[in-house]
Amino acid sequence: MTLPHDTTAWAHFLKIAPYTARLGIEAVTADDGGCVLALPYRPEFVGDPDSGVLHGGAVTALIDTTFGFAVYFRIQEYRPMATLDLRIDYLRPAKPGVKVHTRAQCYKLTPELAFVRGCSYEDDAEDPFASCVGVFMFTAAQPAPAKAATVP
Amino acid sequence: MSLSDTLADIRRRNDWPLLAQAVPFARMLGLRVDVKGESFTCVLPYDHSLIGNPVLPALHGGAVGGFLECAGILHMLWSTDAQSIPKTINFSIDYLLSGRAQDTYANVYVVKLGKRVSNLRIEAWQTTPDKPVVVATMNLLMR
Repeated sequence: MTLPHDTTAWAHFLKIAPYTARLGIEAVTADDGGCVLALPYRPEFVGDPDSGVLHGGAVTALIDTTFGFAVYFRIQEYRPMATLDLRIDYLRPAKPGVKVHTRAQCYKLTPELAFVRGCSYEDDAEDPFASCVGVFMFTAAQPAPAKAATVP
Repeated sequence: MSLSDTLADIRRRNDWPLLAQAVPFARMLGLRVDVKGESFTCVLPYDHSLIGNPVLPALHGGAVGGFLECAGILHMLWSTDAQSIPKTINFSIDYLLSGRAQDTYANVYVVKLGKRVSNLRIEAWQTTPDKPVVVATMNLLMR
């Protein structure tokens, strides 16, 4: 299964996973440099009721999901994998009331691991409110190359 | 009612389950706060909408991560006299096992309580506390 850059084909994956469907995470763009997903602003995602700022936990879901897609775009196929770790630096509070985006790029692949980095922002990727890195581990081995016939 | 009024009310009545209602995201997750004496535990009751991988099935990593971040912040509102939500400086999550489709618990350890910055370690477990499924470290700016 290949993942085309046409983002309409991603909506399916985001709907299959109940948690991303519940949060309303949506595909925005993808290119060779990575991909962008977005999380709508909803009152139930708020972490600080005084300011209306989103809870970091809502952003964590967007980052984890976007990072996974970035790996799929890099390898251009679906392979089962799991998040090994994720680290998020909050540079400033997200602006309340607006949709937020995460851009991610898978910058290194090994047979077992995928290394991803990205940032989260409202409208301008040059002015992020969070910066993040993560490592994913493929949970199923790549098909082994056929063994050369051995002489009995 | 402002958050500081809500917190004052909870502290006066010692009504810690109400703490989970004070933060909209915690309320959305259905998170429960369980305080017994000096012990503070957060519970993320299983719900199908928390699933990330319906095939396994496994909880979404973002759901467990968000739950742990919530647990850390709620712990600080319980264990200190903070009048507002502490700001997360950073949050680092290690996924040790996939989260099964069942209730998840979080224990919070205050590694350092500082005037400016506090450091927390948060462990999520499902079967027993000594077998964590996800662990997290967070630095919080105290206001």
